[in-house]
Amino acid sequence: MGLFILRRVGIMLLTALCLTFLVFFLTNLYPNLEKLAKTQGNFRMSDEQVESYLSKNGYLQSTPIKYGEWLGVLPSYRYTNEDGTVQGRCILPGKTAEESPNFCGILQGYWGYSTVFKEEVSTVVGNRLALTGRLMLWVMLLMVPSALILGVLAGMKEGSATDRTLSTFAITTTATPEYVSGVIFIAIFTSSAVGLKWFKGTATQAMENPTFENFFLPVLTIALYGMGYIARMTRASMTEVMTAQYIRTARLKGVSFPNIVMKHALRNALIAPFTVIMLQFPWLLNGVVIVETLFNYKGFGWALVQAAGNNDIQLLLAISVVSVFVVLVTQLISDIGYVYLNPRIRIS
Amino acid sequence: MEPLTWTGSIAFLNPLFALGLALMVLSIAVWMLASIVLPEDQMTVNPDGTLSSSSGLRTLIQLALRYSFLASVGIALAYIVLGVLMGTSAGIIGAMSQQFLPVWVSLIILYAMSIAFKRKLGLYGKLFDSPIGMIGFGLVMFWVFTGVFGAMDLIVTHDPLSQVSGMKNKVPGTPLSNLEDGQYAWYLLGGDNLARDVFSRMVKGAWIVVQIAPLATMFAFMVGITLGLPAGYYGGRLDTLLSFLANLILAFPVILLFYLLVTPEIVATGVPNYMAAVLFVFPIIFLGVLLNSRYYTRPNFRTPLLIGVLGVAGWFYLSLISTGGYIINTDAYRIWGLPTYLDLFDIPGGILVVFVSVVFVNSPTVFRIVRGLALDIKTRDYVAAAQTRGEGPWYIMLWEILPNARGPLIVDFCLRIGYTTILLGTLGFFGLGLPPESPDWGSTINEGRKLLSIYLHPALPPALALLTLVLGLNLLADGLREESLKD
Repeated sequence: MGLFILRRVGIMLLTALCLTFLVFFLTNLYPNLEKLAKTQGNFRMSDEQVESYLSKNGYLQSTPIKYGEWLGVLPSYRYTNEDGTVQGRCILPGKTAEESPNFCGILQGYWGYSTVFKEEVSTVVGNRLALTGRLMLWVMLLMVPSALILGVLAGMKEGSATDRTLSTFAITTTATPEYVSGVIFIAIFTSSAVGLKWFKGTATQAMENPTFENFFLPVLTIALYGMGYIARMTRASMTEVMTAQYIRTARLKGVSFPNIVMKHALRNALIAPFTVIMLQFPWLLNGVVIVETLFNYKGFGWALVQAAGNNDIQLLLAISVVSVFVVLVTQLISDIGYVYLNPRIRIS
Repeated sequence: MEPLTWTGSIAFLNPLFALGLALMVLSIAVWMLASIVLPEDQMTVNPDGTLSSSSGLRTLIQLALRYSFLASVGIALAYIVLGVLMGTSAGIIGAMSQQFLPVWVSLIILYAMSIAFKRKLGLYGKLFDSPIGMIGFGLVMFWVFTGVFGAMDLIVTHDPLSQVSGMKNKVPGTPLSNLEDGQYAWYLLGGDNLARDVFSRMVKGAWIVVQIAPLATMFAFMVGITLGLPAGYYGGRLDTLLSFLANLILAFPVILLFYLLVTPEIVATGVPNYMAAVLFVFPIIFLGVLLNSRYYTRPNFRTPLLIGVLGVAGWFYLSLISTGGYIINTDAYRIWGLPTYLDLFDIPGGILVVFVSVVFVNSPTVFRIVRGLALDIKTRDYVAAAQTRGEGPWYIMLWEILPNARGPLIVDFCLRIGYTTILLGTLGFFGLGLPPESPDWGSTINEGRKLLSIYLHPALPPALALLTLVLGLNLLADGLREESLKD
């Protein structure tokens, strides 16, 4: 087990390195740098001005060197201005060149400076992640229990009325992407044209003061799309368990149906959904970006859109590190959890 | 001109339809409750050999459900038939069903032919045994026909890009204020915030999806199959490497990837062209290996066949990746491609990058599915038999393993087209790739959502269109899965 986790962590690190290098490469292509220079300076910069801005900030070195600087394995670039002051990535405002360290990358715990938010990347990502974390928590609290209940109810008796109706419902929710269901919910529940006005169409206020009124719709929108998939997986696993030999034995023994479902079937049926739920996290991340844009909730996904739209290299890298980390950790947890939950694998 | 109401002179159907729907919902609820509460029907065998069922209550509820469902469908059909006959005097619904007339005709012909010959049509014919599959297929074909006829300017009422003065944000059924000759007199589903016709834009948007989604999915399948089969069959280092690469792409959040790939800046660097050049090679490799592995024992037949097929495929490939005589055309450097007089078609940079990134995102998943199937199937006896016969590895992969993996692959193909449609919508929703005035559903939803609290009509039609198409594909996949599991 220890070796297994160690190997997985090694692969994780390698994947994260490859992916961040890819992001680094794409964001450091010259047209993107030009865009960055123009959004930082002004849009009427001439080609020479762009060039001088980029060379001043060290953007014109070769990509591997810049990547090394970002990682913190190479000393970072410094530029001496005409008046003798030295500027560079490591030299924060208010510090001199002598006080600042030579190496400043993520290995030293420095994530860089966001050009969009004019803040350190670590604080931006921290704040935004806290907001998104709250959203995700409620999504999980809504999505997981309802999906499991749906799936178990549908899978209890394959082909029954409940199964057909709930399966149709599950298919419909998986066929409704967030930007469709979100728009429909906003249209029905918040617009003055329909006149129900039960909820608020934006979740901006929910960042400070989440209430049922302003926070439920975004949560529901994300939860609904993921729910159908988990419910269908739960149903499949439940129907498989319900046809197993030991369930038949229990029925022949005269155990009542609720008892069979609750005591005999459920435990084994919930192993597969556990992995599925864990692997849903990366998909939820997509939903988060869409819903945060749609409901104007300024969390992690919203920051991603801002960073990508303005080619904020440091912030984009931090965001991709975080999201890759989420994806790989959930994969690891799902693997370990699967082994732990399934005694047949655990013992052998 | 009078503004149109929703149902016009066939408004007498509305209470009937509402009643039918209410009854159907009620009977579904009762049906579900009954299936939990009521005891199961006891079948008893009588001495004379007949069967009798004890409780008729379940049958009764099922009958109620069936009839209320049929009644609702019947009234819905009546709306359409009356609409086709009466046109605009049957309100907006009538006018729309009249516009969709070519679609109805094609659907009826398709269904009549398919049901008549369903026993001779293999898996496709079996689809017509499952109600779910039939509904799904109907929804999908509705949008396919809408897309095709819309592209031929049959269904649309106005130009999807032209603006008509005075029609900004007007509600559905508003008549045009100063009508010119040959112009359709109403905006059936209203105008958007740039005074364009929502109905025509929705119809034109179907064509974009119908063009890109199946083709992109097919390319993703070619890439996934060409790489997944050897990974599963050979295993070892190759498998480790390819799986690592696939997981690498899968670990990327899709939206971040889109934001990095689908921007005008990236198009300017030529990266999508390189990706296109690599990704579009796979279908050629696939075709070449497929035919070669089958016919290499008959060189006299194989050589001309391969030259012909690969020649045509190569020509398509070169026309696909070269635009205006260049494969890559950036400010810094150029790479020569097919000269313009041999170039069959040009793909605009925006569409190409959308296409490439959708293929790129989908192929790792297909790779994993194919690899898993190949791992499973390669242990079967018929593979061992082929190996004993001395068949080459590619023959076994493409002519033994692949045909036996077709069931799950066809089902996944349908689901994946739906997923690709959702991805295209996502791209449009974030305003990536396609030009902002393009009528595709994602962009239209994105534009409509800004005024959603006041005007619903610009955003809802494309949203519902996307929903029904993807739902249709999901139901179709479900029906196919059910039918392919039967034998």
